[in-house]
Amino acid sequence: MKTPVIKADHLDLVFQTNDGPVQALSDVSLDVEKGDFVSFIGPSGCGKTTFLRCVAALEHPTGGTLRVNGMTPDMARQERSYGYVFQAAGLYPWRTIARNIRLPLEIMGFSKAEQETRVQKVLELVDLAGFGNKYPWQLSGGMQQRASIARALAFDADILLMDEPFGALDEIVRDHLNEQLLELWARTQKTCLFVTHSIPEAVYLSTKIVVMSPRPGRITDVIDNTLPRARPLDIRDTPEFLEIAHRVREGLRAGHAYDD
Amino acid sequence: MMTRSVLPILTVVMAIVALWYGGAVLMNKRWTMDQAARAGVELSLAEVVADTLSQDRPKLPAPHQVITELWNTTGAKVLEGRAFSKRSLIFHGWITLSATLLGFAIGTGLGIALAVGIVHNRAMDMSVMPWAIASQTIPILAIAPMIIVVLNSIGVQGLLPKAIISAYLSFFPVVVGMVKGLRSPDAMQLDLMRTYSASGTQVFSMLRLPSSMPYLFTSLKVGMAASLVGAIVGELPTGAIRGLGARLLAGSYYGQTVQIWSALFAAAILAATLVGLIGLIQRITLKRMGMAR
Repeated sequence: MKTPVIKADHLDLVFQTNDGPVQALSDVSLDVEKGDFVSFIGPSGCGKTTFLRCVAALEHPTGGTLRVNGMTPDMARQERSYGYVFQAAGLYPWRTIARNIRLPLEIMGFSKAEQETRVQKVLELVDLAGFGNKYPWQLSGGMQQRASIARALAFDADILLMDEPFGALDEIVRDHLNEQLLELWARTQKTCLFVTHSIPEAVYLSTKIVVMSPRPGRITDVIDNTLPRARPLDIRDTPEFLEIAHRVREGLRAGHAYDD
Repeated sequence: MMTRSVLPILTVVMAIVALWYGGAVLMNKRWTMDQAARAGVELSLAEVVADTLSQDRPKLPAPHQVITELWNTTGAKVLEGRAFSKRSLIFHGWITLSATLLGFAIGTGLGIALAVGIVHNRAMDMSVMPWAIASQTIPILAIAPMIIVVLNSIGVQGLLPKAIISAYLSFFPVVVGMVKGLRSPDAMQLDLMRTYSASGTQVFSMLRLPSSMPYLFTSLKVGMAASLVGAIVGELPTGAIRGLGARLLAGSYYGQTVQIWSALFAAAILAATLVGLIGLIQRITLKRMGMAR
């Protein structure tokens, strides 16, 4: 029997704030298998980003256990198990695109030659070959976000954590990037955890959709996506797609996610 | 493009010069009249104006007098081959400049070191800033003589005491600017570094330091101007024999207003040149870093 890449068992996380404790995660249990594309969807404050940050060891759960590649999140980070893509591209304005992608490689101590080949490889992977010498401000928002994905891929972690990476982009660019992301995922066989606000995006991308609801942040439904892995954009108009989207919407409603 | 920026500047300069001439006539008229009355002569308006603009010790020297004095003590000395004589502003300017630059270097170094400490050490964060602010509330004129006296008593004389006064003024803007600069990376950029398990040194050299560059240059400009003021103030209590501060002091002892004004202008020109130089280095550096568009 194969062990899950990410295994969360009755995870709790309580933040101590000035207004008293806030239960950010409550009894969250979830297994993610290797090669899965898991989307987390829910309204603000449902803990989807917090869960991702726990996996990345940027937050530490106050209860329950969490294993990433069979290790604690802190150890997994030391082992370079994951690449993290934030909501904003967060490229350094004083570095060219290539040198931005090189940043983690420099920190992790890859050799100069190795850095060079890896940067070229991931630039091609995200369709930015030839843009290496440009500065971030010379690129569009969508290209910047692709560069930030390349940066997360550069050191070949097998888990890709993405926190609303396309949230700030317009719908046309977003569709295009979603298509590219699926292609990338198929080629690299990474395990992806993807936080989003958008139902169509979640259904289009995922093999598994985790519906969450706030106060306290918890999982209300886990939906296995039965769509085939090869997904052209117009799959979104098929009855199967709409049915799954409907189930996600129901799940969100059941969690009283639209209360206020 | 050029004329559009030159014209307003020229207009303002002309207005100031006109005001200045008017003020010189009004302020120096009294002396001219007194002299004429004593000699028992009647002066025409043209004669009065001419005299007010060419007195030896006017209350307010006319612009051309200041410019002539500036030329006589700089360019003319160079032509005579005596650029570093005691009567040359180049000599005095160099004395002040050397103290300014040394003080600026000490102040900038101290300022950056304190800022790094404040950003990385909680105890320093809580304790240093109030003291830094308090240090700037003490009038520099009060503390400068004490620094000179204390250092003199332990045998330190010459350049260093002046440089320390100058550093005393210039470290402050650098601390404030660098603390802000080193803290300018947002939470997301810091989290990104954490996901790479970057060490504190790596976060500093790859993220905090480059982020702080625009802030650093801004505070360097303020610090440079403060350094010059500090060096001049540092020249006043020593009895003042050398430096622009000495020229100011000697001028006021002997009522040499033209000398005071020319020293003032020399200081202003020096400050503008130094600040302009930092601006140039800033432009080149930020351009090379790719931060200027």
